[in-house]
Amino acid sequence: MFDGYTTSELMSIFAMQGFAGLSLFSVFVLMALGLAIIFGQMGVINMAHGEFMILGAYTTYLVSGFFQSVLPGLFGGYFFVAIIIAFLICAALGAFIEWAMIRHLYRRPLDTLLATWGLSLIMQQTYRSIFGAREVGVELPEWMMGAIQVTDLVELPINGLFVMIIALSIALGVYLLMYRSGWGKKVRAVVQNRPMAEAVGINSAGVDRMTFALGCGIAGIAGAAFTMIGSTGPSSGQAYIVDTFLVVVFGGAQSLIGTIVSAFGISQAQSTMEFFLSGSMAKVLTLLVVVGILMLRPEGLMALKVRR
Amino acid sequence: MNAAKAQSKDFLLAVEGLTVSFDGFKAVDDLSFYLDPKEIRVIIGPNGAGKTTVLDLICGKTKATSGSIKFDGKELTRLKEHQIVHSGVGRKFQTPSVFEDLTVFENLEVSYPQGHSVMGALAFKRSAEVVAAVEDVAETIFLKDALDQPASLLSHGQKQWLEIGMLLIQKPDLLMLDEPVAGMSVAERKKTAELLRRITKDHTVLVIEHDMQFVGDIADRVTVMHQGKVLSEGSIEHVKSDPKVIEVYLGH
Amino acid sequence: MKNTSPLKWFASREGLYYLALALLLVVILPLALDPFRLNMVGKYLTYAFVAIGLVMCWGKAGILSLGQGVFFGLGGYCMAMFLKLEASTPEATAIQSTPGIPDFMDWNQLTELPWFWEPFHSFSFTLLAIVGVPVALAFIIGFAMFTRRVGGVYFAIITQAIAAILTILIIGQQGYTGGVNGITDLQTLMGWDIRTDEAKTILYFVCVGLLFVCLFVARFVQNRKLGRILVAMNAQENRVRFSGYDVAAFKIFVFCLAAAFAGIGGALFTLIVGFMSPSFIGIVASIEMVIFCALGGRLSILGAVYGALLVNAAKSGFSESFPELWPFAMGALFIGVVLAFPNGLAGLYQTYVMPLEDRLFKRKPKAAASAPAKPAPAARQDEGRDYDPMLDQYSPEKS
Repeated sequence: MFDGYTTSELMSIFAMQGFAGLSLFSVFVLMALGLAIIFGQMGVINMAHGEFMILGAYTTYLVSGFFQSVLPGLFGGYFFVAIIIAFLICAALGAFIEWAMIRHLYRRPLDTLLATWGLSLIMQQTYRSIFGAREVGVELPEWMMGAIQVTDLVELPINGLFVMIIALSIALGVYLLMYRSGWGKKVRAVVQNRPMAEAVGINSAGVDRMTFALGCGIAGIAGAAFTMIGSTGPSSGQAYIVDTFLVVVFGGAQSLIGTIVSAFGISQAQSTMEFFLSGSMAKVLTLLVVVGILMLRPEGLMALKVRR
Repeated sequence: MNAAKAQSKDFLLAVEGLTVSFDGFKAVDDLSFYLDPKEIRVIIGPNGAGKTTVLDLICGKTKATSGSIKFDGKELTRLKEHQIVHSGVGRKFQTPSVFEDLTVFENLEVSYPQGHSVMGALAFKRSAEVVAAVEDVAETIFLKDALDQPASLLSHGQKQWLEIGMLLIQKPDLLMLDEPVAGMSVAERKKTAELLRRITKDHTVLVIEHDMQFVGDIADRVTVMHQGKVLSEGSIEHVKSDPKVIEVYLGH
Repeated sequence: MKNTSPLKWFASREGLYYLALALLLVVILPLALDPFRLNMVGKYLTYAFVAIGLVMCWGKAGILSLGQGVFFGLGGYCMAMFLKLEASTPEATAIQSTPGIPDFMDWNQLTELPWFWEPFHSFSFTLLAIVGVPVALAFIIGFAMFTRRVGGVYFAIITQAIAAILTILIIGQQGYTGGVNGITDLQTLMGWDIRTDEAKTILYFVCVGLLFVCLFVARFVQNRKLGRILVAMNAQENRVRFSGYDVAAFKIFVFCLAAAFAGIGGALFTLIVGFMSPSFIGIVASIEMVIFCALGGRLSILGAVYGALLVNAAKSGFSESFPELWPFAMGALFIGVVLAFPNGLAGLYQTYVMPLEDRLFKRKPKAAASAPAKPAPAARQDEGRDYDPMLDQYSPEKS
């Protein structure tokens, strides 16, 4: 499939596609981080995670509209406001859902999967009723437009770079929170031994709620970032949910590094192949390889060998 | 090697150089011990000594990193769990695991060694033979009158007996019991000791137990484990007076 | 099976439930509905095949597959390929640049029939493939996953990914598969026009007949020791394993059984609806199939049939009058069935209707209570035990 390209052209193609893959990578990382926290720490499958992300995207859309009409002078900074609001709204909804639904289902992971699927249907239809079936896009602030020219053939769009920076900083933030903070220690304590954690005075129900809310809040941030590189429709979230679950499982459910590595691998593989094959075949091949590897190595890439 | 092989023939179970490591931590480290036919062996040792892991290794629940487990001349380390069961090893878990939704009768029937394949399970019929075997075992485990009760209604001790019964009906040569009297009342303990004595007439038994009174009641020989290795082995009196054992149990 | 005569079985409680379903499907609905509506019911019933498989696989054995649409679709596509080839005679396709191949291939500049279409000229091969292809795929997936002890949510996610892969593949490979439109314009089955009202009515009855065959196969499996092992495996996998059973083999078996049922359902779907497309096999379609089973009661094979009928009837009803409300109803159904009624309709029936039946027919709730003498050991069968529609089994014996 490399016929007819010179070496330098091939290098540029890989660089460009690699960068195109990086924006897919950013979306995967942002969405997978939230999922990985909820699934890895709580064992809960949240099928509505994509819809939480889209909630963040619609929030950003509304915030940008508000700035455009009310505070046009501050438009350049709306995105930072939107990120915070998106996080808060999604986290609050997440906490409510945990209280109303998830906490009754901790012993039945398969049932959580079905219930959250139901939730995702309701959320999607709600978006459709409010925002219509058509996709909406936000206007980028001026400083985010344009691209950096690296060589004659390679240029990097600024919005893509920016989203990637957000993705990586949130990954870092999550890492610090889970492994360097007192709260993270509590979460991990509850994961490893719930009765013991309760016995030493940790409010495990509270930890669960906060964990779920945090995961949903990160999905909200993911949605805000998502608007910078794509347009938002009622079912945009569903389009990513299966891929993201594969990312999480492929990386090894409890390993943040694994999640990031697998998000990188899958997004790069897909986007590089996309240049040479049709988009759908690239996706089929990527998914097939991932599923194939998971069948041979079900514990994922970075799982610890633990005593069971 | 040939000499070692010939030697291990005489034992029912020969564990040699058994090692398993979890991410570098050696839960069982170069462990060797031998069981004679019809012997009752009790493994004791402080928490984390690797006792349960040894049973896990023998029954195939955990795969050994290295070493060999020869049972009746057959190497077990490469077999799958159900194949190990078929070669005559039965295992009872620490927490009673019986089928709560099924009756005592059905629990024993499911364990009856016939119709283990998918097709066999489709064709299986409750013959007079099966019923007789079930009732016979139920008698041994003091549950003859509870045959029609769902297992969920049994007391903790009765569940332990039922699980032992589920092993007995498979007619294994080696029975492995993980803390069979944990959580039992004094009366139940006595009955369990009696049950084990009955069982050992035609079975070899490997038991993990903490209750030294109970160990003294049943054991032929005792193996003391510490940090994945054998610390001491012999009669109960022997290990009780072994200074290494005393040090481990009483601290430094 | 139980050593009672078939006649006696029909008079038993369980037998009466089967009779009631037969009465509904064979007599009442055909009399009450016009051919168009009856055809719709036939379509709903093809989903009942999938739902029965899910009861065995998910309800009993605890293996949740979110990819049953794959097997449904494979069965359906096998049938559709046969029908399409029959419709694409050189005479009927004379205006194409390559006559004799399906129209969508011609549109996509294919000039000869792809190799994997060739065997679908044969009807007997097609019948074999309808069951064989889904079972073979289920075997491969099951073998890979279950021997490595992958289960639970991992299995659910992987099967869902497989549904996604197959859909993308079919849509992407238009020339070979008909793409997003699917395989359409199917006309005759071995020369018999399947589009007439008469043909549709006959197909409906064929569907009902095969449904009962599958119901009895499922019932046979669940009432044998195999059925008990499946349920026991779900609760105490290790105990089953260390009782000498190869747990993976049992899981593969039940997964393949469910795939076979789904394949048959899919093939009937193609016949009854007249086309097959990727929209019936993807992620969304596959997960909806789970709700048919969950609504009926995940442990009841009869419940699965009612679940498939009701959900699909509701879906058609909603999409005729309030299409925008259907996703809300469906979402609420998923949440409600999981949170409030985990045993679905069968569970509700047992709690609220069965006591009424008992009073109405003056049936003693526990027939065994009237027989103080213990049954002879060898006959210690299911006699004198209460049929439990929720578990779809006889309740534990109580003395």
